[in-house]
Amino acid sequence: MIGSLPYVAIVALLLIGLATIVLKQNLIKVFLGLVIVESAVNLFLVSLGYREGGIAPIYTNAPEGTMVLPTPQALTLTSIVIGVATTALLLSFAVIVWRKYGSIETGFMRRLRG
Amino acid sequence: MIPQFVVEHSPALMVVVPLLAAFVAPFSGKVSHAARAVLVGGAMGITSLLALVLASDVYAHGTRIYVFGAGSAALAVPPDSGGIPVRIVFAVDQMGALMLVIAAVSSLSVIVYSLASERGHSGLGNFYTLFLLMVTGILGMVSTGDVFNFFVFLEILSIASAGLVAFRIDGGPAVEAAIKYFVLSTLGAFAILIAIGIYYGEYNALNMALIAQRMQFTLLDKVALALFVAALAMKCGAVPMHFWTPDAYSMAPSSVTALLVVASQASLYGLFRVVFSLYGVVLNAACVGWFVIVLGVLSMVVGVTMAIPQKNVKRLMAYHAISQTGYMLLGVGVGLAVLGNRPFLEAFGYMAMEGGLFHIINHAMYKGLLFLTAGAIFYRVGTYDLNRMGGLGHSMKWTMVFFIIGALAIAGIPPFNGFASKLMIYESVFAFNPALSVIAMVVSILTLASFVKVFHSIFMGPVLPEYRDVEEVPLPMLAGMGILALVVVFFGLFPSLVVDTLVAPAAHALADRGMYIAAVLSGGA
Repeated sequence: MIGSLPYVAIVALLLIGLATIVLKQNLIKVFLGLVIVESAVNLFLVSLGYREGGIAPIYTNAPEGTMVLPTPQALTLTSIVIGVATTALLLSFAVIVWRKYGSIETGFMRRLRG
Repeated sequence: MIPQFVVEHSPALMVVVPLLAAFVAPFSGKVSHAARAVLVGGAMGITSLLALVLASDVYAHGTRIYVFGAGSAALAVPPDSGGIPVRIVFAVDQMGALMLVIAAVSSLSVIVYSLASERGHSGLGNFYTLFLLMVTGILGMVSTGDVFNFFVFLEILSIASAGLVAFRIDGGPAVEAAIKYFVLSTLGAFAILIAIGIYYGEYNALNMALIAQRMQFTLLDKVALALFVAALAMKCGAVPMHFWTPDAYSMAPSSVTALLVVASQASLYGLFRVVFSLYGVVLNAACVGWFVIVLGVLSMVVGVTMAIPQKNVKRLMAYHAISQTGYMLLGVGVGLAVLGNRPFLEAFGYMAMEGGLFHIINHAMYKGLLFLTAGAIFYRVGTYDLNRMGGLGHSMKWTMVFFIIGALAIAGIPPFNGFASKLMIYESVFAFNPALSVIAMVVSILTLASFVKVFHSIFMGPVLPEYRDVEEVPLPMLAGMGILALVVVFFGLFPSLVVDTLVAPAAHALADRGMYIAAVLSGGA
């Protein structure tokens, strides 16, 4: 029914995320771009395991019929957890940059020279 | 002598020991400095011992498979699973064992060194936690046999190393370097995750051996290959994705930089594992091989030319690290380019690969040594600026000796280890394409030239008045450098011993994709 619609959404999200990372100056926006890319990847994993009309992959008292694949969901869960750690670390970097430079625009981050 | 239990479970213990120690380290620091030193040093010592035990076992009996959650390795593919290895598997072949030993030995010496060099700083509990997590990530990456597991360890490594790069904030630039490094690493990791998704969608498997066995080399597989190669080449700092390297290497504390070198070797291992074991001869080896060769030559030339004008000694060494990575890519790339051509492979392909792999070991040793000497100089002098140093050879004799050993080794001067591996690369690459070999030699000469400059500006000349009271660094730092220097000299004096016993089996294991698949799917050789 939904066909390849998820994949279109994934590509769109990937492009939006990458464009945000490349084009934006504000560190928080750059990190948000990274989070959008991450969501696209997670959506990709989940949609891989989706089966039309499938039920949740829990074996206890499961009714007859196809199940959604459990492995991609486990992968996505792991990836979300890693993503939270990543985002937390990046945001703490942003806090330090704000304290030291008084700005989180990448244009101000030019002290690294050599 | 060593209990059978330990040998049997060594692949898992290698990851478990540093991981547990990482989370105990902050608490042990509450007791005393000595307790933490014993814990951290002891954990790394045990890990190194385990690496040696595992490696000797692998070299004696072939590939080791460790299946998590199953009693024996034969259960890698459970009988009721329809032929799919559902459990997480560690597969350590000769190549992986070699990387484990490199990683364990250099992290041991780095940690001995950092026990002294970081002593006066604050936040040491967190420092060692991140440090040991980084070791965990490296060891996990080189021993896992599962693509998703590889991604997880890669992320552990990225997060820990980004934290460590920014550890001494230093008025901001260290955080800048860490942001650059971490955003790129994370993007790379997502690229790898997409590739993993593609494999899962196509082959219903996450196990490397099973994916390799089912590999069809469709268009999607090519996309996945491109994603993997781009992400891992970025992580190992190959040109043109190298720009994070000098920043991250120069802003991290020196002991961390030495470990970052090992981390890039682990990424290089991942790259080779994907290209050889996952794809092997099914890909158009000549085409991908040439791609790797071009990456290698670019890294060599760009790295060394960028290094020459540097004023900051660690930035200079970081550019040299890029340049040396080029040699490894060149050697292994030549091996890959002739992978489908048996006579060429026998004639010079294996030798080129052995040269490249031998250079990985040597690089981890001498580059680690060089970064540690840079850290030792900073420890006493407080600057990395070459123009403000001079005359240190009078007071820091041992550091000078270690620096000379490292510098001659990186330039490829006999009798140090860099010469042995570079000679193998020159010879075999000459048989493949003489022009590449000439470029490699010119790069070596430029390397020597720039290290002569560095040596002069740091150690030679009269004692400067501001450094009149400079002393030699404390003993643990010397010991850390000494371990690496000993290995450098030993490998330089007996290269054939090392190549025949360690490197050649690794190169053959890497090239022999069928054996890897058979070993994993049948539960160990």
